[in-house]
Amino acid sequence: MDYSANEMMTVAAARALTSDDVCFVGIGAPSAACNLARLTHAPGVTLIYESGTIGTEPNVLPLSIGDGELCETALTTVSVPEMFRYWLQGGRITIGFLGGAQMDRFGNLNTTIVGDYHSPKVRLPGGGGAPEIAVHAQQIYITMKQSPRGFVPRIDFFTSFGFGEGGEDRARRGIATKGPTRLMTDMAVWAPEPETKELQVVSLHPGVTREAMAASVGWEILYAEDVSETPPPTAEELEILRDLHARTKAAHAGRG
Amino acid sequence: MPDFIPLKTAIARSVTDGCSVALEGFTHLIPHAAAHEIIRQGRRELTLIRMTPDMIYDQLIGMGCVSKLIFSYAGNPGVGLLRRMRDAVENGWPVPLEIEEHSHAAMAHAYEAGASNMPFALMRGYIGAGLREVNPNIKTVTCPFTGEELAAFPALRPDVGIIHAAKADRQGNVLIEGILGVQKETVLAAKTAIVTVEQVVDDLQAHPNACVLPGWTIGAICEVPGGAHPSYVHGVYPRDNSAYVEWDEIAADRDRFQAWMQANVLDVDDSVFADRVRGLV
Repeated sequence: MDYSANEMMTVAAARALTSDDVCFVGIGAPSAACNLARLTHAPGVTLIYESGTIGTEPNVLPLSIGDGELCETALTTVSVPEMFRYWLQGGRITIGFLGGAQMDRFGNLNTTIVGDYHSPKVRLPGGGGAPEIAVHAQQIYITMKQSPRGFVPRIDFFTSFGFGEGGEDRARRGIATKGPTRLMTDMAVWAPEPETKELQVVSLHPGVTREAMAASVGWEILYAEDVSETPPPTAEELEILRDLHARTKAAHAGRG
Repeated sequence: MPDFIPLKTAIARSVTDGCSVALEGFTHLIPHAAAHEIIRQGRRELTLIRMTPDMIYDQLIGMGCVSKLIFSYAGNPGVGLLRRMRDAVENGWPVPLEIEEHSHAAMAHAYEAGASNMPFALMRGYIGAGLREVNPNIKTVTCPFTGEELAAFPALRPDVGIIHAAKADRQGNVLIEGILGVQKETVLAAKTAIVTVEQVVDDLQAHPNACVLPGWTIGAICEVPGGAHPSYVHGVYPRDNSAYVEWDEIAADRDRFQAWMQANVLDVDDSVFADRVRGLV
């Protein structure tokens, strides 16, 4: 079955989740991945959106983090202060899903500005929940597309902290959680090198070459000793993902 | 008991030039009609506060009502960036905009601190975050018991808090259902609160643990059916997603933006909102 690089990315991200996870979900690619996991191999996964919906099971992907569908299908909906205090800061989230406009080799993310903060070239939306998700979720999964504009040697702003300068930087700052343990892109799956914490490629998606990888990343890529090939999406994964997108498109078309 | 008065009167008596206003709503229950009334009354130099400034703040900023924005995520949900806000931040159009930027967790804590009559809020957060270096209102305090450094920031105490809700009863008690956001905290942190509602009913039919704001915490109740459109009201009408998509195009161009505001905000009053939700099911 043919599939797109985007679909491969979503499937790779979905596979990283288990039924035991309690997942803090962002809109976009993370939301598709989390719901695909719930509809395939991880039916028990708990999805939490920062609008306060806990254990939500949306039939279609939300357009915004506060869609009614999330509340209607949730186990319970709490206020936003409670969400950040008891559930995130309280340490109850196993996986925080993040993306960004820019990322560096240590998984530090920027969604705030391009250029200088005080006279920005592009003013992006900002961090939202990300600065605290990055330090309070037990692990962070990042999902974003590779491009030279996005995968940069130095990010313009530290919206959310990954491994900082690498090595033991998190521990030095008193952060007890693991940080970005996995990065799923449209071309590969990455994971931190155990000592330096630099993200390294552990599997390449089918058909992706190292030349193409080099052209999409703004630093010299580190590869694990034995790089495998990511198993392609199965027919079942693709069918469920496409159904989800089709339902979503129909639900969001036109008014309402 | 709050005053049951027209929206125009409520805004005119509470929102003055230079005051701080929080029009809250986390995707849900966004008080669009109230924002439009502020624009019609031509208020200037407002400090606007909101976790998730979206279309209405883009409109207030683009119409030159705002000199400072305190926020944590400024985007058009599911669509993209806020083009009028970007124009103000990047080019100072129509007037320069000062920003004070926080994270969601900090804003939520700061509203709670305001509602709790505390001078500041604290949390374990902003660790390794760049906002610490650009926002002088983010400081640290040391835990007197463990020595741990925690992030501290001022409580939010808006002069006026404005929210929308599905219903109030005749005593002015307001029921909030669905995604709660920081609606309760906004009302309790504010010096005075205005609540626009879909309807006023005899009985809220609220269960014992429902989120109900007693009428005596609210300054004014204004009945504005459809007043959250194109945001939504849980159980009443859905989000008008296409309006958010269209906004991206309208706001992309200064002239088109001004023409749209003239026709859809300045030349009308809050009675138009009921029509705007009529076709939504």
